[in-house]
Amino acid sequence: MDFFLQLLINGISIGFLYGLAAMGFVMIFKSSSVLNFAHGEMLALGAYIFLTLVTWAELPVPVAFLVSLLGSFILGFVIERLFLRPLIGEPLIYVIMLTVGLAAMMKGFMLLVWGGNLYIYPDFLPAWLTLDLGNIVVPPVYITAIFTGLVFLVIFGLFFKYSSQGIYMRSVADNQPAAMSLGVHVRRVFALSWAIAALVASMSGIVLGVINGINVHDLSAVGLKVFPVVILGGLDSIGGAIIAALIIGLLETFTGGYISPSLRDVVPYIFLIFILMVRPYGLFGLVEIERV
Amino acid sequence: MEKPFMLQLNNISVVYSDVIQVLKGVSLSVQEGAIVSLLGSNGAGKTTTLKAISGLLKPENGEVTDGTIEFRRSKIQNLSPEAITRMGIIQVLEGRQPFKYLTIEENLRVGTATRWGKPYKNDMELIYNYFPALKKRKKSLAGYCSGGELQMLVMGRALMAHPQLLLLDEPSLGLAPLIVREIFKIIKRINEEQKTTIVLVEQNANMALQIAHYGYVMENGKIVMEGSAADLKENPDVKEFYLGMAASGDKKSYENVKSYKRRKRWL
Repeated sequence: MDFFLQLLINGISIGFLYGLAAMGFVMIFKSSSVLNFAHGEMLALGAYIFLTLVTWAELPVPVAFLVSLLGSFILGFVIERLFLRPLIGEPLIYVIMLTVGLAAMMKGFMLLVWGGNLYIYPDFLPAWLTLDLGNIVVPPVYITAIFTGLVFLVIFGLFFKYSSQGIYMRSVADNQPAAMSLGVHVRRVFALSWAIAALVASMSGIVLGVINGINVHDLSAVGLKVFPVVILGGLDSIGGAIIAALIIGLLETFTGGYISPSLRDVVPYIFLIFILMVRPYGLFGLVEIERV
Repeated sequence: MEKPFMLQLNNISVVYSDVIQVLKGVSLSVQEGAIVSLLGSNGAGKTTTLKAISGLLKPENGEVTDGTIEFRRSKIQNLSPEAITRMGIIQVLEGRQPFKYLTIEENLRVGTATRWGKPYKNDMELIYNYFPALKKRKKSLAGYCSGGELQMLVMGRALMAHPQLLLLDEPSLGLAPLIVREIFKIIKRINEEQKTTIVLVEQNANMALQIAHYGYVMENGKIVMEGSAADLKENPDVKEFYLGMAASGDKKSYENVKSYKRRKRWL
């Protein structure tokens, strides 16, 4: 029973981290229909920026955290400006191929600067975050993962539902020519969605880095993990992404715990195939509204 | 004294993808506060003319290659749609383009994009006043609304932007005659009450000439005729080719085979 609970908590917190990563991915897809293959790399880069600020620049942790979030936000803007904007109006497949190239470039850059070794952050999470339930002890990082996941989910939910800027972003995703005819600044919306995506990606990259250590290959592989999550959740639903991420996170940890650790990376994909056979739009994807 | 012209197109040419010439020297002027109707068959260049004004040519790879478009004496040809909408020119696209996955209310809120951050609650009430049908459905997704409701929605959405000049592209497309009449009535009311200048592109020449003050007839990317709405209504060619009446003024009868001999005289 204790083992089960331990796995459950691990699964939920890993799930929230995947959810955070997927949130950024969904955001880009929602506003511009672009599948961002460089998402894992954005996530890894966030983790490295934080690492550099904490160990090399020796900034206090909260400052380093805020600075790296701000840095990734700006980085998202820059990426959109330099690489995506010239391709506005071109067929989507070009843009998607560009993100594949971007992924390779960013990975190369990170290997060049930080090398392929495994780094670990200095221990900075306070001990009082530890949840002691008698037989099982939840380490602070898992609590942090769940907490940040929840906070960001609520913030983005409210942002998209009620704020004007969020509604403009959804309108661009929905019908770009119409949004343009009403004066919505479409390029600004794209830039904003890349910036926000980079921010949440680096957020999840930092927390994953605390759990597993920081390594280019491991962290950017999470970018791939995002695919079953978002397809399961429905490509355009942020809430769906979180729930799907929880499912995938739990599936992974339970398979790893009860069956075999080597199966844990495969099972999510198998599950995905079954779900897609039953619900091709994913769990919460928008069903195409057809007026006949 | 003559009222000043709000919008003037001077001999503009529009080319798509650097090769396809759609407009060949179109000139027209719109007076402040008027409803100007643009008539013509499919492919005449009416929609392109509107898009040239609103800046929406650019995303479609079109460009004004010659001539000028002046809005209140400043040149606006080939500006970005963001800049042009902020000057108060809003186009309502052809074929009702709602944001399907947004509710009616959210759709209307997108109309505030040109004046982001300003209060919009009163405008919302104004729109519901013009289009009471929308109020009943404000929480439902636009994708599930009827054609008439959607036409009201896209017009209401444009009004949210406080347009000085409203470009309407075929508001009657695919709607029942009763609803068409209602929509035209509202267009007239908007023009009178909000002092919004309106350029109206229509296939339904009969309805359009009823509410318009002035009209232009386009064909093959050129303006072939212009005049006050009353004059156009009486013009035998317009009657024959756009109002579906024989030159004598009766409803045209297809039993009268000889009618095919009549040619458009302006070509």
